[in-house]
Amino acid sequence: MNLTLRVWRQGGSFGDGRMVPYEARDVSPDMSFLELLDVVNEQLIAGGEPPVVFDSDCREGICGMCSLVVNGVPHGPDRGSTVCQLHMRKFKDGDTITVEPWRAAAFPVQRDLVVDRGAFDRLIASGGYVSVNTGSAPDGNAILVAKDLAEAAMDAAACIGCGACVAACKNASASLFVGAKVSQLALLPQGHPERASRVTSMVQTMDALGFGNCSNEAECEAVCPKEISIANIGRMRREYLRALVIGPGR
Amino acid sequence: MNGAPRIAPAGARQLDANIPSGPIPEKWDRCRFDSKLVNPANRRKFTVIIVGTGLAGGAAAATLGEAGYNVLSFCIQDSPRRAHSIAAQGGINAAKNYRNDGDSITRLFYDTVKGGDYRAREANVHRLAEVSVGIIDQSVAQGVPFAREYGGLLDNRSFGGAQVSRTFYARGQTGQQLLLGAYQAMMRQVGAGTVKLFPRYEMLDLVVVDGRARGIIARNLVTGAIERFQADAVLLATGGYGNAYFLSTNAVNSNATAIWRAYKRGALFANPCFTQIHPTCIPVSGEHQSKLTLMSESLRNDGRVWVPKRGGDTRPATQIPEDERDYYLERRYPAFGNLVPRDVASRAAKAVCDEGRGVGETGLSVYLDFAESIGRLGEDVIRERYGNLFQMYEKITDENPYKTPMRIYPAIHYTMGGLWVDYNLMSTVPGLFVLGEANFSDHGANRLGASALMQGLADGYFVAPATLPHYLAGASLPRISTDHDAFREAETAVRSKIDRLLAVKGRRTPRDIHRTLGRLLWDNVGMGRTEERLKLALAGIPGLREEFWATVSVPGSGAEMSQVLEYAGRVADYLELGELIALDALERRESCGGHFREEYQTPDNEALRDDESFTHVAAWEYAGDGALPVRNVEPLAFEYVKPSQRSYK
Repeated sequence: MNLTLRVWRQGGSFGDGRMVPYEARDVSPDMSFLELLDVVNEQLIAGGEPPVVFDSDCREGICGMCSLVVNGVPHGPDRGSTVCQLHMRKFKDGDTITVEPWRAAAFPVQRDLVVDRGAFDRLIASGGYVSVNTGSAPDGNAILVAKDLAEAAMDAAACIGCGACVAACKNASASLFVGAKVSQLALLPQGHPERASRVTSMVQTMDALGFGNCSNEAECEAVCPKEISIANIGRMRREYLRALVIGPGR
Repeated sequence: MNGAPRIAPAGARQLDANIPSGPIPEKWDRCRFDSKLVNPANRRKFTVIIVGTGLAGGAAAATLGEAGYNVLSFCIQDSPRRAHSIAAQGGINAAKNYRNDGDSITRLFYDTVKGGDYRAREANVHRLAEVSVGIIDQSVAQGVPFAREYGGLLDNRSFGGAQVSRTFYARGQTGQQLLLGAYQAMMRQVGAGTVKLFPRYEMLDLVVVDGRARGIIARNLVTGAIERFQADAVLLATGGYGNAYFLSTNAVNSNATAIWRAYKRGALFANPCFTQIHPTCIPVSGEHQSKLTLMSESLRNDGRVWVPKRGGDTRPATQIPEDERDYYLERRYPAFGNLVPRDVASRAAKAVCDEGRGVGETGLSVYLDFAESIGRLGEDVIRERYGNLFQMYEKITDENPYKTPMRIYPAIHYTMGGLWVDYNLMSTVPGLFVLGEANFSDHGANRLGASALMQGLADGYFVAPATLPHYLAGASLPRISTDHDAFREAETAVRSKIDRLLAVKGRRTPRDIHRTLGRLLWDNVGMGRTEERLKLALAGIPGLREEFWATVSVPGSGAEMSQVLEYAGRVADYLELGELIALDALERRESCGGHFREEYQTPDNEALRDDESFTHVAAWEYAGDGALPVRNVEPLAFEYVKPSQRSYK
């Protein structure tokens, strides 16, 4: 099939950007969306033109590096999928497709479709862990975890840190990302000693980094490639309230 | 062939693996006891560079940061959490014997040495089996949500090459969860100020001062700036070199540049021909393909591998009656059946496809069929075990594996070879340590499933943090600045290479040339190797390399974010490394593990080792561009696991 792409090009963090059209001919329906961009780039490079810069790595939906807004939707039209797993069979011959970067104050564009998501690392550094030094752990089976709790923790832990939730949110809130990590570690007994301090620190850091607040529109859940539930945002709020009552030092 | 003159010069270098004395179960303890220590108050005075943030690099950064060292952590991705360890699916082995099925440290040691086809260093493997149990404890304590049984205890599954269930897992995302555990531990140290992060930085050279690794030259991938970093030791945890083959299950940015540039600074490269071809990958669909996707080996617990008995049978799988199917793994290997090790399963798939019995449009795939398991256990159980993998398969192929068998074919997945290290994980450049897949040490000629995660974390959490202090405490490490001549020289070399790439201004893309190299390597240095084809590869690569330097197109100035420049630099390295892989494969005139030389096989087509001539590590030494590298040898001794014909029948 033949397609027209309208792609956001921006020289650097401070440059002006604009949409640039590209024609893609003889596109195979078995191609992934990123492989389509590869083909467009091959033509640009062979012609001595700077290719479209975009992030990707594992190309199997787990590393969280790819980050494109396709036709206005983070990761494109396929639900529960990263854009690297979006295949061209989801499009029709003659379609025009717009491709843009994540847009959020906390995720500045670095070039073309690439943004800086270092804010997510800073959120994890502010408390998204269990404080356990290497070598000091008890036997793995000394900590019992009920199967349903382990499954619920795993549902939250499946977050790949791509940032689509932020890109989809009109407030650019990181609540789903923070909620998922807070939930995982609040559900598991290993996370309990730092339960209050963790949620307090992560929520405050989220505000300080320029992410907005959550207004319950669930657009994050709709675009999340791992279909992380907004129930995790609810749990984050309950954890935060609990911390306010018992004190963040606990 | 035997008795033919050697192609590569034989080295006279004595490689001391520094294996501690004493019985094998006591060696690791003895090593730690004999190690010099660094006083806690002095640790912050030592700067350690760690390149790579996967299981090995992330775990090492976290642990050394906790200990109080000043750690500088580099990765090419936008965040340390993206490292390719994240894509490991099936699980991690540990000798916990929670199933009471006869497992032990000795058995894991034995299985790993045998699985590696007697080409690994026994002492290293035993240590790996010993520390495996601590890895599970550490990860659980970090909050890794491993699969549990109803009583709340940890669950296990089986993996290839073992008859016990010792594999711990977190759905089909074990690598992700273990990596996030290590990443979170590391980010805690970032918060504490002991670890400093350098994301989107690519190491482009190693700086050696007075014979010791003292720093790196790295390119800031956002601004294009070339920067110098000095340290007291450098740890490389940059993964394997499978992407030399263009199509592999590696992430598209995984590359060999850090280890290759270290090789050119004096680190020896061991067993480059030991590449692992994974039997269960989604087959290639077309020219546009940028990578291959793995379907976890765990699927072979419940999936049965087969092809039609008759060649050219084009009926859909579901219409081929039971008695016209050949479940060739169950037939050839009744004891292990579908759970034979990866090298054996891959070769068997190639054999049936070579006979013309492969399926799919290209004839280059075999079926992995779940119908029997779904019938026995129900679709829900299969969905619970493998749901995410089935979903991934359907997304890529548009076929529903609950209804019709998966089609799979072998693909390059892992590299057992890597930089040579001694027992302490130190390379031949003092102060340069190599961890995880980037080193060669533990898997011999073939890695067992669920052992890569084990080795990465063993090296990062337990081994390097115990052996590095011994080096730091014993070495003379005068203060140096990055104005030192060695830094200036290395930076100049890096800049001139970049300038050269930018100056060609040809018409061929780096990807196009990489694809050509990959095909050359896959066809000639892939699953079945012969002297003739290896010589074809060796004859073809230099020409391709010349073509690259004459025709490559790298638009832009380099003083900006430029993925095409990054990629071109990596391809330039593959064009050199590919030749070393082929040369090593040519010189190893035997079959073992993932290295199958068709001239050397048993009457029933199994790998035929030549223990007399090749019970050794081949450690290649760079001798200058255009010169043949020198082949040094580290003899291997098997005192505990006696080499035998590896049998899974």
